[in-house]
Amino acid sequence: MNKTSMSKTAILEIKDLHATAGGKEILRGINLTVYPGEVHAIMGPNGSGKSTLAQVIAGRDLYGVTSGEVLYEGDDLLTLAPEERAQRGIFLAFQYPVEIPGVSNLYFLKAALNAIRKRKGEPEVDAMDFLSLVRRKMALMEMEESLLNRAVNAGFSGGEKKRNEIFQMAVLEPRLAVLDETDSGLDIDALKIVSNGVNTLRGPDRAIVVVTHYQRLLNHIVPDYVHVLAQGRIVKSGGKSLALELEESGYAGIEELAEAVR
Amino acid sequence: MMAAATSELQEIRRRAAESFETRGYPTKRDEEWKYTSVSAIAKAQFPAEAPSLTGNSLRTALEQHPGLIEEHLGRYASSEENAFVALNTAHFEDGAFLHVPRNTVVEEPVWIDYTAVPDRTTHPRNLIVVGANSQVRIVERYRGSGRYFTNAVTEIVAGENSVVEHVKLEEESAQSFHVATIQVHQARNSNFKSHNISFGGLLVRNDVNAVLSTGCEGTLNGLYLATGKQHIDNHTALDHAAPHAASHELYKGILDGISTGVFNGKIYVRKDAQKTDAKQTNKNLVLSPGATINTKPELQILADDVRCTHGATVGQLDEEALFYLRARGIGEIEARDVLIYAFARDVIERIGIPEIREYLEKALFERLVFSRQSSGGAL
Ligand SMILES: Nc1ncnc2c1ncn2[C@@H]1O[C@H](COP(=O)(O)OP(=O)(O)OP(=O)(O)O)[C@@H](O)[C@H]1O
Ligand SMILES: [Mg+2]
Repeated sequence: MNKTSMSKTAILEIKDLHATAGGKEILRGINLTVYPGEVHAIMGPNGSGKSTLAQVIAGRDLYGVTSGEVLYEGDDLLTLAPEERAQRGIFLAFQYPVEIPGVSNLYFLKAALNAIRKRKGEPEVDAMDFLSLVRRKMALMEMEESLLNRAVNAGFSGGEKKRNEIFQMAVLEPRLAVLDETDSGLDIDALKIVSNGVNTLRGPDRAIVVVTHYQRLLNHIVPDYVHVLAQGRIVKSGGKSLALELEESGYAGIEELAEAVR
Repeated sequence: MMAAATSELQEIRRRAAESFETRGYPTKRDEEWKYTSVSAIAKAQFPAEAPSLTGNSLRTALEQHPGLIEEHLGRYASSEENAFVALNTAHFEDGAFLHVPRNTVVEEPVWIDYTAVPDRTTHPRNLIVVGANSQVRIVERYRGSGRYFTNAVTEIVAGENSVVEHVKLEEESAQSFHVATIQVHQARNSNFKSHNISFGGLLVRNDVNAVLSTGCEGTLNGLYLATGKQHIDNHTALDHAAPHAASHELYKGILDGISTGVFNGKIYVRKDAQKTDAKQTNKNLVLSPGATINTKPELQILADDVRCTHGATVGQLDEEALFYLRARGIGEIEARDVLIYAFARDVIERIGIPEIREYLEKALFERLVFSRQSSGGAL
């Protein structure tokens, strides 16, 4: 840990987290601490539990936490409903954003923003202010304004969905953003736009956790730490050079490491 | 019996009474009533009374121009096929009459508004005659309080090349019985749209039937929301009697509590109704494990050069979508309401009367809140 972060409360603190799905233990003792200002990358083979971790942080009840602790700003996160977590500043960019026919993007975003403002004791956003905010963020994400009146993610291409996630993040300005493979399937131009959107949010009081398979993203969103998740545990942590190493050598050695810590 | 009824109409009514007397109320052995028992209606025996309505009175109109009414009244809705039509035809005392002369565009929607009183049976009888090349939008609404039985029949004649839009709002009391038939006769090249909205009533049965001539377009849309112990049965029939007609049908149902829903959609394509294009969709959102829906398309196609499609779905609220909304900060109850409304929305949005769309949006949310507060609802 660097000196500045030592004096602050961690934004996220995960202690020996175990979680199951469908009767199977998927997270098998995760430990992770994220301080304000930091960017952490989580890499790891398919099925290692990255999305499970992300969804547990966001409050998906599909996953049962069997032991361990998750603290957000020092408070127990696991007792909070998903909406309370979001209202307190947690944002998950979904690996597979959900299509919601019949609900317009504009309505959705406004309802989300107002829920967060309400929690902060702020009044509902003024219609004009909201529109100008949304326009600015759309320009940042190089998105067509016509997307606003379309149903949430309905009929969006894969790339549009990912961009829409970061656009939502840009509007909601979370304190902790967890991005689950937001880079997967993006061409290089879209990757730059998405990375730029994420970097715009970066600041001394926020934290970002990026889940990715590809070192390529980390050239644009440069992480402070890289963790490798395998078989439900963080088996290796390091600086940004770890991502490069993994790119070279793959996860072969990692799986062995995971077996060894079993 | 109405004093001014002409002899031919009297004869129709006499035969209707006879038909009901011999057959009585339908039972569940009757294929058309397989999922809907009307024994509670038969048992209740509420005394009959003239309906209370705002709109042009049929009774008055019958005194003023019996000829026009006699030409149409009782000529479309079949007393032989439907016992409740027979009952209405035999006993109706009043209802609404609307005549739109040829080449006339009626700008403002025409309202027919019924308010039922407790412990009474009423047989509202409506006749809507739209002349050639004319255009009109009609809203027919049923409300009331307490226990009662409404047995309505509406006959609609859409003249050649006319454009007619009809909204039925069934917002009866929670303890009431409501049975209604809407029978539509579409002349050549006419365009008729029905929006059949059912929110209220303990026991509800709708029959919406349209007969299409050459070049017609017929649309039957519907939305039903049943909570608590409600039972809502929608039977529709689109009769393609002639070639080159298109029909569209979209019925959506939301079922909560221990409610039951029935959808039965018939499409007939007669032998010479070539180039028929018919599409039927029924979608159901089941919100609680105690609620059930029976859905059945019935296609009878005798022509060979036609396009007919149908599909029915029964599903629950999308948990993934619910989590997505909540993960953005939207509370669980609001998120559910938003998804339910999103489901109902495309039926509401097809209604061409903006005030009605706004009204229904509010009414739907109010019903959702009500369902949540009353015990049985999982909403
Ligand atoms: N709801 C569920 N029920 C049962 N098993 C599940 C469920 N969700 C995930 N799993 C299993 O848990 C394991 C971890 O899944 P997870 O989606 O977290 O992996 P991941 O690291 O995100 O993989 P990827 O890189 O492919 O996205 C997998 O074996 C998966 O099949
Ligand atoms: Mg994943």
